[in-house]
Amino acid sequence: MREKVVITSKNVEFLDKVSEMSGQPITRCDQCGVCSGSCPMVDEMDITPSQMMRKVQLGQEEVLGTRAMWLCASCFTCTVRCPRGLDLSKVAEALRQITLRKAVDHIDIRKIPDHEMKKLPQIALISSFRKFTG
Amino acid sequence: MKIPYYPGCTLKTNAKNLETSTLEVAKTLDVELIELPRWNCCGTVYSLTSDDLIHHVAPIRNLIRVQEMNDSGLVKDENRLVTVCSMCYNTLKRSNLRVKENPEDLDKINDFMYLEEDYKGNVEVIHFLKLLQDMGFDKVEEKVRKPLSELKIAPYYGCMLLRPKEVGIDDPEDPTIQKELLEALGAEVIDNPYKKVCCGSYQTVHEKDAVSNLGYKILSQAQKEGAEAITTSCPLCAFNLDNRQKEVKQQHPEFQHIPVFYFTQLIAIAFGVEKKYCRFDLNYIDPETLLKKKKLLQE
Amino acid sequence: MKRIGVYVCHCGGNISEVVDVKEVASFAEKLPDVVMVKDYTTMCSEVGQKMVADDIKEHKLDRVVIAACSPQFQGVTFMRTVENADLSPYVLEMANIREQCAWPHYDFPKDATKKAKDLTNMAVAKARLDESLKKIMMPIGKRVLIIGGGIAGIQASLDLGDAGFEVYLVEKEPSIGGKMKQLSRTFPTEDCASCILSPKMADVPMNPNIHLYTYTEIKNIEGFLGNYEVTIEKKPTYVDPAKCTCCDKCVDVCPVVVPNEHDQGLTSRRAIYLPNSIAVPHSYVLDDEACLGLFPLACSKCRDVCEPGAIDYDLYPEEKKFTVDTIIVSTGYEIFDATQKAVYGFGKYENVITALDLERMIVYAAEGNPLKNLGERIAFIQCVGSRDEQVGNEYCSRICCMYATKLASLLKHPHPERDIYVFYTDLRAYGKGFEEYYKRAQNSGIKFIRGRVAEVFEDSRTKKLTLKVEDTLTRQIIESEFDTVVLSVGLRPNGGTEKIADMLKLAKSPDGFLQEAHPKFRPVDTLKDGIFLAGAVQGPKDIPDTVAQASAASARATRLMNQGEYALDPVMAFVHEDRCDPAKCGSACIEGCPLGAISVNGVAKLNEAVCKGCGSCIASCPADALDLHVYTNAQLLSEVESVMQDKKKDETRFLIFADDTTAYRLSDNVGTAKMSYSVNSRIVRVPSCGRITPKLMLQSFKAGADGILFGESEEKSSPFPHVISTINSNIAKVKETLKQKKVEEERIRFVQFVTVMLVGFVNNVNDLADFIKKAGPIPDKERKALI
Repeated sequence: MREKVVITSKNVEFLDKVSEMSGQPITRCDQCGVCSGSCPMVDEMDITPSQMMRKVQLGQEEVLGTRAMWLCASCFTCTVRCPRGLDLSKVAEALRQITLRKAVDHIDIRKIPDHEMKKLPQIALISSFRKFTG
Repeated sequence: MKIPYYPGCTLKTNAKNLETSTLEVAKTLDVELIELPRWNCCGTVYSLTSDDLIHHVAPIRNLIRVQEMNDSGLVKDENRLVTVCSMCYNTLKRSNLRVKENPEDLDKINDFMYLEEDYKGNVEVIHFLKLLQDMGFDKVEEKVRKPLSELKIAPYYGCMLLRPKEVGIDDPEDPTIQKELLEALGAEVIDNPYKKVCCGSYQTVHEKDAVSNLGYKILSQAQKEGAEAITTSCPLCAFNLDNRQKEVKQQHPEFQHIPVFYFTQLIAIAFGVEKKYCRFDLNYIDPETLLKKKKLLQE
Repeated sequence: MKRIGVYVCHCGGNISEVVDVKEVASFAEKLPDVVMVKDYTTMCSEVGQKMVADDIKEHKLDRVVIAACSPQFQGVTFMRTVENADLSPYVLEMANIREQCAWPHYDFPKDATKKAKDLTNMAVAKARLDESLKKIMMPIGKRVLIIGGGIAGIQASLDLGDAGFEVYLVEKEPSIGGKMKQLSRTFPTEDCASCILSPKMADVPMNPNIHLYTYTEIKNIEGFLGNYEVTIEKKPTYVDPAKCTCCDKCVDVCPVVVPNEHDQGLTSRRAIYLPNSIAVPHSYVLDDEACLGLFPLACSKCRDVCEPGAIDYDLYPEEKKFTVDTIIVSTGYEIFDATQKAVYGFGKYENVITALDLERMIVYAAEGNPLKNLGERIAFIQCVGSRDEQVGNEYCSRICCMYATKLASLLKHPHPERDIYVFYTDLRAYGKGFEEYYKRAQNSGIKFIRGRVAEVFEDSRTKKLTLKVEDTLTRQIIESEFDTVVLSVGLRPNGGTEKIADMLKLAKSPDGFLQEAHPKFRPVDTLKDGIFLAGAVQGPKDIPDTVAQASAASARATRLMNQGEYALDPVMAFVHEDRCDPAKCGSACIEGCPLGAISVNGVAKLNEAVCKGCGSCIASCPADALDLHVYTNAQLLSEVESVMQDKKKDETRFLIFADDTTAYRLSDNVGTAKMSYSVNSRIVRVPSCGRITPKLMLQSFKAGADGILFGESEEKSSPFPHVISTINSNIAKVKETLKQKKVEEERIRFVQFVTVMLVGFVNNVNDLADFIKKAGPIPDKERKALI
């Protein structure tokens, strides 16, 4: 059964919230795809960065269940290339924060194996805690 | 010249080699990098949501220390803060810009840290590479005792030094600052088109496979162009490109290991500084064999 | 005894939905000298205009006030209505209760109605003192200068030359023809560009009315409509076209090899060369910068071998002066410098080329002489340098989608085995025959993929290029290798345009191209009388649109020149001779005029042809002897006093003096965009803020203003040079007085605007409103003590 997209005022709430948290005028994205082509992690993602933007534009909260935003490495390549001047790293961060602020962590620190903990540099651990835990 | 210096946590442990080589190189250039007293972790990443101020407190607190250094006479009229870890550079610089452009946010942060003096917004965060460039690479060239000739190096930049544009130290698409430096040291610089592609950053904790794929892509391209070594400025890039070569080899058995240097280690070698300051024991893939082969290190 | 008629327009609801027009009408009835008031739905309609004409006769009106839209919108229409009813058009006043009242204050209908009443009161006050002025007629001849000899300039010259006008066509390259002569074929017909251009180019020197100057640049232009004094500098070609037989022997012996500009540097030429095969003038040129030296010791091989003796080194740049009546600017475009998009590797990777490079390659390939092997897999990257905030060009360059389709087709037809891809974000095939052409291209197997290319990497051994791009329609990431990558570069204004724009003080649009007077109704006019635009100088466009604009500009120029005379705006300075005493004042007014329009001969005298009506001179006269027609001192004072009437005790109101060229237009734009700002503002239209003397500023405060904002054009876009410094010095004097009389200096502000600075306007007005609200109205005691 093909799922149809329903656009109601509730969808606009989600779009507004993400736009405000990220400080980005998400409606300005014209889906050119430069971000996806630039993303170093796109091969691992279930939806592409431009698809993520599209879902937010249409107010589809289900985007919070996708993996793309968690695979973002905050490398800012999309940011320096977006022809509409949008900062996708901020949109991805806003989407992550919506989940994290509900006290739902994306990674479990205890599951990191000992031998990894021994060799990982602090900045790797701290930055992943910052990005993936609430 | 005495300049305030921010090491960052990793430079005191896993990346001690970056610190020791940087300090010694600076000393050779008559620059005394004075460590910030009572510095704290900068938080590693710059908080990207518009409504979050608490995560800017840590970086700003370090900038207050620079003011204190001036007040106490540790440095004189020096508002620059030098850092060599790319991630710290990016975080400190972006937080600094954030409060400079939003005086209301600065007021809130100053209010919150009521036990500290107010941050006045006058500190300038710079990266060690920029310091060298401003000084003039010809001054670096003057101190070279052992030119790195016949060493083919592909510089790697990663993300934090180049992006976003307001903090980047060079063109994000075609940076050349390391090339200019390494050529001043006499090295043959190989251009790697993937020099600016992200190493995977913090994804290395949970997505090792993705990171080793990126590492493979970046390193093998450099090798294809003829590189014998890679340079970097970031302990996380160094980990992903150096330590993770183990995983790369597992996934791609044909992959040949390649040493990854901090750029300051190479400057130190070129300056003829004692080997102990390079702390090669902390590099994962052995760099000494290559250096000995190129007669840059005694047997 | 004045007989003023007032009309309040509903503007089809635009005004009446916010402003209570009946209330404004009944308010107007009570004003002194008003003998008739009406309100109506659409004053500008034929019915409305006829009503005005009839009322003037029936009620014997001698002044008319129309409270409606902006005078910059329908002012000319109503002036004509009034003129046709045998009144001077200068007794018509408009109260701007739409763009500057109903529209920006749509959320505050009560306040908007009150403001509408004040604005009507102000218009009536001005009308009361209007003089029955007539336009001054000036002669205009039949000479036109056309700057730029591309297809636009060529078309305009032929149109005007054929119509019997004297044309001066100036082109900086050695040959006319512009960019079109570099193209292979044109879309959508695929006809050969040079073949259709060449006869047109050949017609130019054959037309007896056209003076053709190539290899020539404009050194200076001064003057005004009907009297533009032009100085040009013609560079020597060192070859006499009358003697040259194009035998080519000189080229064979010339030792200097330099890149050939005509082929985008893909081939080379000698220092002496024929610019291109269809060059007009068809003559060789010696490039003295490439040449080893114009004297026998250096070389002189070309002169030695030239049998007809056409080469002469002893020539120098020649300056020429002439006068024209109108000017057409057609300086064209240049392509975006693709090295600015480092991520695509142009300039680094040998197989990344621009579309213009490809045009030249196709021309050579068609003659069996290919310049480069393009391989089998070719990719086109669209929107390079266009629609891209990262390089600062937000606009779409309009022609790239079509030229890429054309180039792809031209590459595919002779080699159907080629695999050609066009990577686009939108495919804009808007013109006649364009969609059909695009469809044929799709049919021929050219693949169009919707995705903006993210990066291009080169394999340093094979030199092949790998593109990384998302196919946004299937959400797949494509990472594919190509033999050649073609960058569809956008257009930028030609490098020479900047100098011409500065010389003629022409405004620029936000995208950097020159600005037309009105985007819909005056697309080839500029705001300077007699200066027109044609072609890509006004914005990116294809050949049909360029030719259409060129003919349009010719028609506009013809319209002005055919009448033999034109009318001067009577907004001009004048002297109250009874007050003028040069012995006492030392003739400060001479220096006071930035255009040098004032001379003193017993009394001060104005040169009406030079005076532009900025009013800067007025403040320089210590005896108040200088004044400005249509905006007299008495009128401005009366306007200010009337718009400040009926102020309540705690109410704050402030003035905005807005210059006609920019700030007034900007505030109209703000209202049209329905952006809102403080309703306590009252905008007074002035030709330039230089008109407002320190005395008038203090009188404004005394009359009730709690703040004054001056809005003026930026100096570089201002039709009145040096007015900025006059305004600054006038304000400085008033700030001194304010300081002495213990009134806050921040109540008076000066901002230089551009017409697109909508947010800036709103912010500046609201900043002042907030300040005044906090500081409160000026206390009565201090107010009275100001002057």
